[in-house]
Amino acid sequence: MGSSQGPGADPGAGTRAGAGAGAGQPIPPSPPQPQQPRRPGTGSDSESGYRGKVLELIRSKGLKVGDRVLVKDGRIELSGVLMPRSELEDDEHIVVKLPDGYNVGVSIGSIEILRVPDQEPPRPQPEASLPPPNPALPQVAIISTGGTIASRVDYRTGAVSPALSAADLYQAVPELGEVASIRTEILFSILSENMSPKHWSSIAESVYKQIKAGAQGVVVTHGTDTMGYTAAALSFALRNLPVPVILVGSQRSSDRPSSDAALNLKGAVTAAAYAPFAEVGVLMHASPSDDLLVIHRGTRARKMHTSRRDAFRSVNSRPLAYVKDGRIEVAAAAGVDGPGCRPRGSPGELELKPHFDEDVVLIKSFPGMPPDIFDPIIHRGFRGIVLEGTGLGHVPDKVFHQVRRAVDSGLTVVMASQCINGRVNMNVYSTGRELLGMGVIPAGDMLPETALVKLMWVLGQTEDHDKIRELFTANLAGELSERSEYDGGVADGE
Amino acid sequence: MASDEDRHMGSSADREVAAPPGPAAASGQAGSGGGVKVGIEIHQQLDTRHKLFCGCPTALSDRDPDYSVVRRLRPTHSEMGQVDRAALFESTRGKRFVYQGHYGSACLVELDEEPPHGLNGEAVSVALTVAAMMNMKPVDEIHVMRKIVIDGSNTTGFQRTAKVALDGWIDVGGKKVTIQSLCLEEDAARKVSEEPGGTVVYRLDRLGIPLVEVTTGPDMHSGAEAEEAALAIGRILKATGKVKRGIGAIRQDLNVSVEGGTRIEIKGVQELGMISSAVDYEAMRQRRLLEIRAELLRRGAPDPSGSQFEDLTGILKGTGSKVLRRAIDSGGRVMGLLLRGYGGLLKEEVQPGRRFGTELSDRAKARAGVGGIFHTDELPAYGITADEVSSVRQALGASESDCAVLVAAPEPACRAALEAVVERASEALRGIPPEVRAANQDGTTRFMRPMPGSARMYPETDVPSIVVSPSRFEEVKRSLPETLESKADRYRKEYGLSRDLALLVVDSPYAAEFESIVREGGADPSFVAATFEYTFKMLRREGVDVDSFDPGDIKQVLLGASSGKIPKEAVPEIFRWLSANRGKGVEDALKALSVGSVSPEEVRSAVAAVVERNLDLVRREGERAKSRLMGDLMKEYRGKVDGKLLFSLLDEEIRKRAE
Repeated sequence: MGSSQGPGADPGAGTRAGAGAGAGQPIPPSPPQPQQPRRPGTGSDSESGYRGKVLELIRSKGLKVGDRVLVKDGRIELSGVLMPRSELEDDEHIVVKLPDGYNVGVSIGSIEILRVPDQEPPRPQPEASLPPPNPALPQVAIISTGGTIASRVDYRTGAVSPALSAADLYQAVPELGEVASIRTEILFSILSENMSPKHWSSIAESVYKQIKAGAQGVVVTHGTDTMGYTAAALSFALRNLPVPVILVGSQRSSDRPSSDAALNLKGAVTAAAYAPFAEVGVLMHASPSDDLLVIHRGTRARKMHTSRRDAFRSVNSRPLAYVKDGRIEVAAAAGVDGPGCRPRGSPGELELKPHFDEDVVLIKSFPGMPPDIFDPIIHRGFRGIVLEGTGLGHVPDKVFHQVRRAVDSGLTVVMASQCINGRVNMNVYSTGRELLGMGVIPAGDMLPETALVKLMWVLGQTEDHDKIRELFTANLAGELSERSEYDGGVADGE
Repeated sequence: MASDEDRHMGSSADREVAAPPGPAAASGQAGSGGGVKVGIEIHQQLDTRHKLFCGCPTALSDRDPDYSVVRRLRPTHSEMGQVDRAALFESTRGKRFVYQGHYGSACLVELDEEPPHGLNGEAVSVALTVAAMMNMKPVDEIHVMRKIVIDGSNTTGFQRTAKVALDGWIDVGGKKVTIQSLCLEEDAARKVSEEPGGTVVYRLDRLGIPLVEVTTGPDMHSGAEAEEAALAIGRILKATGKVKRGIGAIRQDLNVSVEGGTRIEIKGVQELGMISSAVDYEAMRQRRLLEIRAELLRRGAPDPSGSQFEDLTGILKGTGSKVLRRAIDSGGRVMGLLLRGYGGLLKEEVQPGRRFGTELSDRAKARAGVGGIFHTDELPAYGITADEVSSVRQALGASESDCAVLVAAPEPACRAALEAVVERASEALRGIPPEVRAANQDGTTRFMRPMPGSARMYPETDVPSIVVSPSRFEEVKRSLPETLESKADRYRKEYGLSRDLALLVVDSPYAAEFESIVREGGADPSFVAATFEYTFKMLRREGVDVDSFDPGDIKQVLLGASSGKIPKEAVPEIFRWLSANRGKGVEDALKALSVGSVSPEEVRSAVAAVVERNLDLVRREGERAKSRLMGDLMKEYRGKVDGKLLFSLLDEEIRKRAE
């Protein structure tokens, strides 16, 4: 187990200071984790988080985490249990859990540590059991990719372990058994910032297989940082969906009583099992309250807040549906606003197109942007650039020559807007017109991130420039619309 | 049983030394006695600039809330399969929590919508100061923990708390009381209301205000001793000058056990004066419960666990009892069970006005949300007739020595309530169940929840730990604040205050202002101290908001009065006026009340005129005429001219004439 993250934060985000084995969320031994940066020359014990001097001391005493110890330093005598430590903290203290449950750090300066035999043998872990299958309920597959949306705390050590098996899930959220007949698949366990297009392909393949195997809906648990990107990727990679595919995450990890995880997961399973549409959706809280859940269209969902439960918003589009008290209310103005909803059980054969070309970059325009940042991109042979332009779709004229060079070198250059809300229109100012003239493709009202994912996918499907332009400008999964609906306010995107 | 006298003895927080405990009471009696052990936990709000884990101010808000959110909490299952008793208990109630917030006093951290910021350094410094004053050893590294609390008082479902120091002692009346632990923790949200449907409304403003929690050893042996220790701890906390005052700023929890009894935690003791009676009543409760246990064992009463519940609705369908009627008419049931061998014991008093039956009833109320239970020890009553009681007894097969318990509610609530009754009755055979109890106004207690296990803590990994270096603690020790006792000594010596007045001033919020007014302004110390301690107290009783006076105004009035510019008699009236006329200053008050508007020349000529008019009287009565004329003058000049000045002028004028 390499690292884990602080439970207060989004389970999808990166390794945080409180890691090691504290109450972080340990990463199950799945695919190799990229190593976290460590101070040079201080290898840490991955399990205890101890390193350097303190690790030497613990090893020399033959101690391990969980041992009952007596610590004396002349001034004070403490008895307790040796606890793990965040590997990002210093190598001068051990952490001891006192009998009243508090952890304290003890400086190893002049202490004596003794191991005391444990009177209490560790209790056997109770077997989690599955409820008998209920054939009357729809089958829902839960594919787990890493956001530990369900997890369990060991109050003794504070360690949090993910509840990923079906049995674990039932134990953590027993109500799921009343909603659907669940099967689970642990695909991988990854922090969502470490997701790559290869992971999107794997997820798409898993969803495809689950649907082919009879799932009447699929839930994908995911860290929230890049959940919007993955949702867009699945929207393009899974053609002719017959059932809903719901991505779900949580902003407060499930080891805390206030977690949004259980409600979100229950909502996601409900939507997967019963939603009348066959769309890729992102389900999260609709507000800071634990009452209303919202399902955003996969290509329109954007994380708009670092920490709030309702961080996700639908941009330039209304949400697909809301879930309240276990009931689904479809909200998307079907038929009125372009794409509408693809009904569950729509005809056509489910197709898997999981290829993404990773050689695409997203560049945000900013005042004073140095033109030579394009050099390595063009030189290295990237295939696409998404420009996140200002306003209606502009970049400074100082970089025009580079944009022209990129297009001439065979790169596909598309333009989205950093305004997030609204659509690009490159005919209003001469800057836009000049860029259009160079061959820049406007991304309409697509989110810049969706434009990135879409360009990766389009380039994964074809090398033909006309075909690329045609696919990119076509509405494939509700990511584009011709109409910009008035929604009362711009800032909240609702 | 504790007499009223006992309780009154404990009611003055200003009392220096608690009365010694009375003679050891016999079994079943309140008061100190053999084997009582008391430990105290004091929670004191700190008056820091910011909350413990965010940048919000530490002030409460009276305004209507700006927003509210709705939340639910669910217990998390531990890997060891131990679902905590306390957590499980709360979770059985499916509650819904509404949190109200104000823009100025709560942010996303309180809403649990943003991770906590770093531990407030100012609060850590105050805690270390307290640790040093209590001869404690600070931990080398402070780790913030999450203590699971799912009654909704914390939006997160846990309280953040950190152990700062261990193993100290304080001197209480010549006796050492050990201080086991000092923790720094966040205060909980304020409960606004609780609706029967399971919705609890909280305010977020208090959530996150830093608290220090001081825990003593179980070193006290009576309510009076406990109160004395609490008083001593409170004084040390006040000496830091960084603690909040007022209602709710300091809260005491008590741990009480008697020999053969159980450690019981009593929460919600808001006043020092309540400690003594709460301890004594708890000792009484434990002893009485032990007697009840002995009696049950003597009778050979069987364990009621697994008792059958009977639906008695049919038998009671014609009842005239309003409570039963209402339940039956609204589709509910009346259900009952038999406690074999418990007959007559449910009416045994365990605390004044609280019987063993109350213990059962409390548990049923808390668990099932029912209004209460009936038992045959107290029937016929409440509109239930003797005939109905005997039908019930018959239906349940009760003999003379048995007690029947009834509850009227919807069926699931009836069952939950009766299960709670059985559980508590069964516990009575084993001893005293470990509980957290809430203090009532009179010092008696009621069931709150089962005692939480110690295992409810895990690390708060969002907050980095803080190293307390030896040099930092040495620095704290070098700059310790003056204790209230030594400050009072100094006030006596430097300012000539009486011992009583000195103690009152140092113990009050006005110590700093007192010194500044007396030192810088050269005001009369006794007058200033008396104004703070007596005049302000009087005004507060009248309902004047003394706490919101502007310190500048206070200073101006007291200096004016000391120099004679403002008559001392006018001081209360000036403060009344200032309180009623917010935003106005002292000059406005003087003008409005015509205080100090009379020039000394005017006064002198007025006095001369009065004497002149009454020359006959003065000649006839001599010195004795003075008091009558003074009376006339005071009628006109009370509050406008200093009485002493008036008197000396009168004296002068009379003497002139007499010559």
